[in-house]
Amino acid sequence: MLLSMEHLRKEYPNGKVAVDDFNLEVDRGEFIAFIGTSGSGKTTTMRMINRMLNQTSGTIKINDKDISKMDPVKLRRSIGYVIQNIGLMPHMTIQENIEIVPKLLGWSKEKRAKQAHKMIELAQLPDEMLQRYPGELSGGQQQRIGVVRALAADQEIILMDEPFGALDPITRESLQDLVKHLQEDLGKTFIFVTHDMDEALHLATKVVIMSQGKQVQVDTPENILRHPANEFVTNLIGEERLIRAQPNILSVSQIMLKNPVAITPDKTLDDAIDVMHDRRVDTLLVTDANGVLQGYIDLDDINRTTDPHTPISELTNEKVFYVKADSLIGDTVDRILKQGVKNVPVVDKQKRLVGIVTRTALVDIVYDALRGAPEADETPASPINADIHAAATHEGGDTEK
Amino acid sequence: MIHFLATYGTQLISKTGQHLYISAAALALGVIVAVPLGILLTRMKHGANFVITLAGVLQTIPAMALLAMMIPIFGIGSTPAIVALFIYSLLPILRNTYLGMQGVSPTVRDAAKGMGMTWWQMMLRAEIPLAAPVIMAGIRLSATYVIAWATLASYIGAGGLGDFIFNGLNLYRSDLILGGSIPVILLALIVDYLLGKLETAVTPRQLR
Repeated sequence: MLLSMEHLRKEYPNGKVAVDDFNLEVDRGEFIAFIGTSGSGKTTTMRMINRMLNQTSGTIKINDKDISKMDPVKLRRSIGYVIQNIGLMPHMTIQENIEIVPKLLGWSKEKRAKQAHKMIELAQLPDEMLQRYPGELSGGQQQRIGVVRALAADQEIILMDEPFGALDPITRESLQDLVKHLQEDLGKTFIFVTHDMDEALHLATKVVIMSQGKQVQVDTPENILRHPANEFVTNLIGEERLIRAQPNILSVSQIMLKNPVAITPDKTLDDAIDVMHDRRVDTLLVTDANGVLQGYIDLDDINRTTDPHTPISELTNEKVFYVKADSLIGDTVDRILKQGVKNVPVVDKQKRLVGIVTRTALVDIVYDALRGAPEADETPASPINADIHAAATHEGGDTEK
Repeated sequence: MIHFLATYGTQLISKTGQHLYISAAALALGVIVAVPLGILLTRMKHGANFVITLAGVLQTIPAMALLAMMIPIFGIGSTPAIVALFIYSLLPILRNTYLGMQGVSPTVRDAAKGMGMTWWQMMLRAEIPLAAPVIMAGIRLSATYVIAWATLASYIGAGGLGDFIFNGLNLYRSDLILGGSIPVILLALIVDYLLGKLETAVTPRQLR
């Protein structure tokens, strides 16, 4: 374990508890995002890792060494540090800025210069920029330098405190790609504080959701989207984001209709027509005695035969398209929609029929994901809008039937 | 003019030397005391206002009175003059050091500490270089004051270009008055110019 934090607690002299019983294990190469509202203790927790703050109780270990027994200055030189307002030294050139920690560590001039050239390349910036001053660079370029400066002395762990908060969305995205690349290709370990949920979900291998100094949920982005621990997490993620994420986290079994209409092959055509009439459907799924899907029969096939005593087995169309109950909607929706069928049978691992997915249910999910919110959530702004809205909904309903 | 220089030339040079010596000694003492004190004040939660107000009060004492007050303590000569002028030089340097250090962005301080600089390294590599232009402006202002007021030091027997001016006043000779005041003005202008150059030199290229 590269970094482990146990029962961490931070209490200020005025009695305010900033962090309470924080536990986390971080492996090499992980990307941990701390997220929460302001005052949730995320930055406080991060700052205890390089002893910018000291914990009231609890232990932090890096490579099994208790950091409270280490020299804080040496510790900080071994951990990369990137802050929101960039923190480049305005009176030093870019090269001098990159060389700060190597110089503190007493690297030779040649080795430092070599590293500076390597780092500016890593930041995907031109080499000439080394001689410029931070004020001559754009905010995005400055933060690129800020990020690579944190790696200049081969630090293994890099702490980042809302590093991209002040950047515009496009620049932010390109910097997110840069750190993702550093984590994935160089195997660096990142501890990243953010209040941007998209950023956390996009970058992190593990998200730590915090509120009022406590961990609310610690899990992979997928699991957090799939199973938000409580209402706080749901609110933090946001209704819209959860809906957008639905195709990727909902499984087919969650949207299928249970108890589909089915018939066994030993029944006759007469029985089938009765069932169809009763349930007002034009196709019937055929399953054997154990419920295993065999195929389907269609009203068209039935019309062509005259003998009402024909056994179902002779009429069964065995070319049936089905989906597995545990597959994700996102993975299957295209295939289902391309088949152009109204309903798709859902089977379990033993190929037993467990339900059907209607095309309508699927289309609803896809629309919600595209639109970002269920239609019912939209509040009409004026009576006129409300009328149009109602009409549109009505029309939509018609075409779907 | 030529006649004046022929008669008082050597005296002029030695008086200018005395004047410079008194001013430089007072200013040097001022820098040695006020700069560290100003830095220290930024590290203290309380007391900064008190100390700066105190320096401000000292500044309001009339120059002649302050010089006269030094006689019972230090007698006559250059020592009381240097001490009195040193007290005058404190306020601008102290206030500018304090403001300059306060003006260093907390982000820079946080980044410097977070990268593993020791207290001294933070001071020498980040905070003082960044505060240097403001500190230098304070020193420059003090230097001009000190050179001007050093003229009065002649009154307590410290010598300097003030000797010409006071002699001229006593003897009602304008050549002596001008012969003393013009070099003082030139001295002040030259020192101000040189310190201005120094101020630019210590200002990081990006902040100019």
